[in-house]
Amino acid sequence: MSHEFLQVLWFILIGVLWVSFFFLEGFDFGVGMLLPFLGKKDEERRAIINTIGATWDGNEVWLLTAGGATFAAFPQWYATMFSGFYLALFLLLVALIIRGISFEYRSKDANPKWRSLFDWMIAVGSFLAALLLGVAFANLAEGVPINAKMMYTGNLFTLLNPYGLIGGLTMVSVFLLHGANFLGLKLDGELRERVNGFAKKIYIAAVVLSLVLLVTTYIFTDTYTHLGLNPGIIPIVGLAALLVSGYFIHRKQEGWAFILVAVNIVFTLITFFMIMFPRVMISSTDPSYSLTIYNASSSQYTLTVMSIVALIFVPIVLVYQGWTYYMFRKRITAKKETLVY
Amino acid sequence: MDPLTLSRWQFALTTVYHFLFVPLTLGLGWFVAFMQTRYYQTKDETFHKMAKFWGKLFLINFAIGVVTGIVQEFQFGMNWSEYSRFVGDIFGAPLAIEALLAFFMESTFLGIWIFGEGRVPEKVHLAAIWLVAIGSNLSALWILLANGWMQHPVGYVIDPATGRPMLNDFFALATNPKGWLFFGHTITVGLALASFMIIGVSAYHIARKSNFELFKRSFKMGAIVGLIAALLVIIDGDSQGKYVYQTQPMKMASIEALWNTEQPASFSILTIGDLSGKKEVWSLRIPVVTSLLACNNPTCAVQGVNDIQAQYQQQYGPGDYVPLMVFTYWGFRFMVLVGFLMALLSILFLFALRGDLTKAKWMKWVPWVIVLPYIATTSGWLVTEMGRQPWIVQGLLKVQDAVSPNLTTVDLLISLIGYVVVYGALIVADFYLMKKYAVLGPDAAMTESVDAAPSVIGGQD
Repeated sequence: MSHEFLQVLWFILIGVLWVSFFFLEGFDFGVGMLLPFLGKKDEERRAIINTIGATWDGNEVWLLTAGGATFAAFPQWYATMFSGFYLALFLLLVALIIRGISFEYRSKDANPKWRSLFDWMIAVGSFLAALLLGVAFANLAEGVPINAKMMYTGNLFTLLNPYGLIGGLTMVSVFLLHGANFLGLKLDGELRERVNGFAKKIYIAAVVLSLVLLVTTYIFTDTYTHLGLNPGIIPIVGLAALLVSGYFIHRKQEGWAFILVAVNIVFTLITFFMIMFPRVMISSTDPSYSLTIYNASSSQYTLTVMSIVALIFVPIVLVYQGWTYYMFRKRITAKKETLVY
Repeated sequence: MDPLTLSRWQFALTTVYHFLFVPLTLGLGWFVAFMQTRYYQTKDETFHKMAKFWGKLFLINFAIGVVTGIVQEFQFGMNWSEYSRFVGDIFGAPLAIEALLAFFMESTFLGIWIFGEGRVPEKVHLAAIWLVAIGSNLSALWILLANGWMQHPVGYVIDPATGRPMLNDFFALATNPKGWLFFGHTITVGLALASFMIIGVSAYHIARKSNFELFKRSFKMGAIVGLIAALLVIIDGDSQGKYVYQTQPMKMASIEALWNTEQPASFSILTIGDLSGKKEVWSLRIPVVTSLLACNNPTCAVQGVNDIQAQYQQQYGPGDYVPLMVFTYWGFRFMVLVGFLMALLSILFLFALRGDLTKAKWMKWVPWVIVLPYIATTSGWLVTEMGRQPWIVQGLLKVQDAVSPNLTTVDLLISLIGYVVVYGALIVADFYLMKKYAVLGPDAAMTESVDAAPSVIGGQD
């Protein structure tokens, strides 16, 4: 396999890892953000946490794998992005830490203050992570100041520009909706009714923000220079899927709503990656300073080794993770005896 | 303080902290898997309770290992971007493989194990905990192969265009003796540390005669595995020492506070240094022993710090190539002494098991042995990581050239203080829960969560 082929392949693979992460952890973040608002009694909150209890950690590994794969396949991309987005990533790490620890620790003590504290850490951590990931990807598509030495020359506030914030807020709203749909699929009785009420409201915010994101994408990124097939109808199909999901939310058909919002998330991510390709870090300082899959990648040998590893193990992971969801497919009721976390 | 110094502090603190939790995960997982297997085979309820009780402590500890592990993977790029650029062709591969092979496995099957009891077939539930133990130890293998490459780079050529190492032999990287010696040391250390956790907690209950049968059985398992593991740790440590002699002579010399090349080389019983940590004031030595330790040969020469420093200056240019010897010298001695002490204590505990444990008055002091392996593991990492300074990749790249050039002191103060605050709070919560459940005993461990006090959480419905 030629070096160029491998570079394209790994760009796609890293895209797949991020898409998987956004799809899977997206509803985890949504569930986390909804937790203190949706659950009024302790058993209800426990039920909400239990919907993702067995699987959230496995979902988060997609992020670690995306990070590791970026390091292995495009070390210059990894180095520029991670050092450049330093404080944003630090905040993301803090968000993931306080959230991750809370699932395990929350229900191990009966003190109501203890529980409330960890519930809010789950909510705040989920919100912050969703926001920062949205900000980061919008900036990747928009371009950030990078000099001739592949070094990021901005700071945290450079990332918090209008388009970045629109990306972040859109991600928050769509993840909220994604989480609400997931909860609709997993919860029972009164909680299921209640989450449907939330979903209807969030739906409006998600549609408005996604529309704004779509329009501003044409303004702030260089998408207009390569219209046609790239990204073409992908972002429009994504938005359409989100619009149609409203119909199913109102009919309480959470399955279809979940699938359609998932399509929206996946297509939004694909749009970002298509805008970037073949660049991986777009320089807003000078287009020629941009990092591309060609000047940021590992050697042909390393990419070949990694391709073999990925080809063997990604399918295995998909099988056992999918199987986990199948095993824990039952709805969860807010009864103490049936809850784990 | 400059960004480089702050980045070094941050890496050191977050890494040492992370490894406070990792070895218990590595070791205790095997114990829980074994206990649950015995329950599966015998249907003896005591084994069931054992698996639940130690499994509970395993989970409380595991959670912190997981969340602090994400920081580890991210900070290579965040704080050490020049390092990441330099070694990216090689170092990223084991990290990605670690995530793909090990992280997915341990986290997915841990979820199945926590939530699966009574929901999935018993065999699947049992397999899940074995896969968690295998997964976490597999992750240790790949990260240690990555670290092994930094200590002893193999399987690469230098790209003439960029001056960076390029992977040309993945098999060499995956079979690097340095990494495998680390791995052997680390998994046996994990078992020894878990054994001492089990011994210490069991002793607390034995001294109070609560759940005697369960804790006696646990105590015995801890003592047997503790002894075997401690001996394996020592044997592997000795092999590592010999490999350090061959591959990192400066680390060897600094561990032994050996200033000048000696043939045969003497062993320092006690060396007092000055405040710089790099100069000797007074030393008591016995002849020949360092030669024996380094190469099994009473007459072999061991290079001294001063000679290697002169040689490195010729080879790599001017600079200070001497590690902070106060840490390598004392860290090594703490580690080794504690290691031997743990082996001796295990023997003592095994003898005690032949008598009546309830009459052992000293039992109430035994919980303090839990501290020992933590001292040894922390000292051990300080020796091996500080002993290779100033190199981040031995012979190829110095730490000072590896730091992210775009970071400011303010960036680093924010993150460093942030980590200290968050990690500080985490360890308080962890210690609180570990102690609480360790003291409560097996009955409190049968369910994953406790019921809340009735009047919880704001809002009515």
